Amino acid sequence: MKFFALLAVSVTWCLLIYAARDFPDFAVPDSPANGGKVSNYFLEKTEENSHVPNVVTAVLADYRGYDTMFETVVIFTAGIAIMAILRMTPGGSTGSGALPPAVPRRKRTFDGSELIVSGTCKLLIPIIQLFALYVIAHGHHSPGGGFQGGVILGASFILLAISRNLDAALQRLSEKRYLMLASVGVLIYAGIGVMSLLLGANFLDYGILSQILPATDAAMARSHSMLGVEVGVAFTVSAIMFAIYANLSTAGELKNGL
Amino acid sequence: MQEFLQQTIVANFNYWIYVTLMMIGLYAMISKNNLIKKLIGMSIFQTAIILFYVSLSVKGTTDEVSIPIIHHHQEEAEHADHGGEKKGAAAAHHEPHAIDPTKYANPLPHVLMLTAIVVGVAILGVALAVSQLLYKDYGTLEESEILAAIKELPSDHG
Repeated sequence: MKFFALLAVSVTWCLLIYAARDFPDFAVPDSPANGGKVSNYFLEKTEENSHVPNVVTAVLADYRGYDTMFETVVIFTAGIAIMAILRMTPGGSTGSGALPPAVPRRKRTFDGSELIVSGTCKLLIPIIQLFALYVIAHGHHSPGGGFQGGVILGASFILLAISRNLDAALQRLSEKRYLMLASVGVLIYAGIGVMSLLLGANFLDYGILSQILPATDAAMARSHSMLGVEVGVAFTVSAIMFAIYANLSTAGELKNGL
Repeated sequence: MQEFLQQTIVANFNYWIYVTLMMIGLYAMISKNNLIKKLIGMSIFQTAIILFYVSLSVKGTTDEVSIPIIHHHQEEAEHADHGGEKKGAAAAHHEPHAIDPTKYANPLPHVLMLTAIVVGVAILGVALAVSQLLYKDYGTLEESEILAAIKELPSDHG
């Protein structure tokens, strides 16, 4: 079995390397991927269309807005699916609910009373969260955005759960709260899209929102809506990241986790 | 020989790395018996694809090409300062500028890979949840043992 796997992988390796000779060389400005009309259009017109310097954020939240919206929905669905999978009691299964430990668990001597760990994390977590908010809010002027900032925000809660215990993290972000946060994130994104629909433009066509946002033209309305959209993404991503950790580390029971 | 190496390896080294990483991941997914090791292989595979896309977006060395964040507000502000007050800040804001796309890295692969990373996290999370469920039911994560246990079960679902 291993031999055939190795054989198949080696043959595929040789084929792909052979095909790579026809690919454009590394770092060529006019390769088909880089010289195409679409990406050059993004680079040339983003500033004019939306006044957003970070082209990646502009493409993510504006030009490819549908993609990103359903990306957020994918994350949301994954979080819900993990909870559903871990908490179901399938018919005919011998599972008794709790995960049978392969190795008997050692008695935990570490319960948050470790001075250095808890003290360091106490200092670090607020700074991490502040940085996450900066990454979210400044995502269209510097590297960053909703996904990146949301992951950092979720990581700060996971750090709290690791450095103290899961209960401490759940006290601050309970199951009800993170589910609500995740839903509100998707709602914000879809809501901004529906709002532009109600004003008479296409779904997620932010330019029309200048009619209700004070003192903006179409381009600035796009910039502001991108910020709103990124905030929605960040809500969902941070909540679901923490939900994935909390559920996976406790087999869905949300107690006595790592 | 030197020329051959130059043309096939040095100029294309990003493809060599991505193909090798991808095949390591594929080998792990095919041949490993443990489900978690298969998932690790899947993650390596995804990482190889991400590396492939990001390496496609490179246009040159960092001296010539910058990240796709366009520095225009600054330049315009300086322009407005030096050029007197004949146009307001708002007017300068809207003046279309010629932007040289070869000076910035290609943004599109970055966007695509940003979403691919997110999908990867979602897949990995769901896969880990499913393997926890399997472990709960069968007490093992070895594929062969799970298959043997499934065969022993009476086929009550038909």
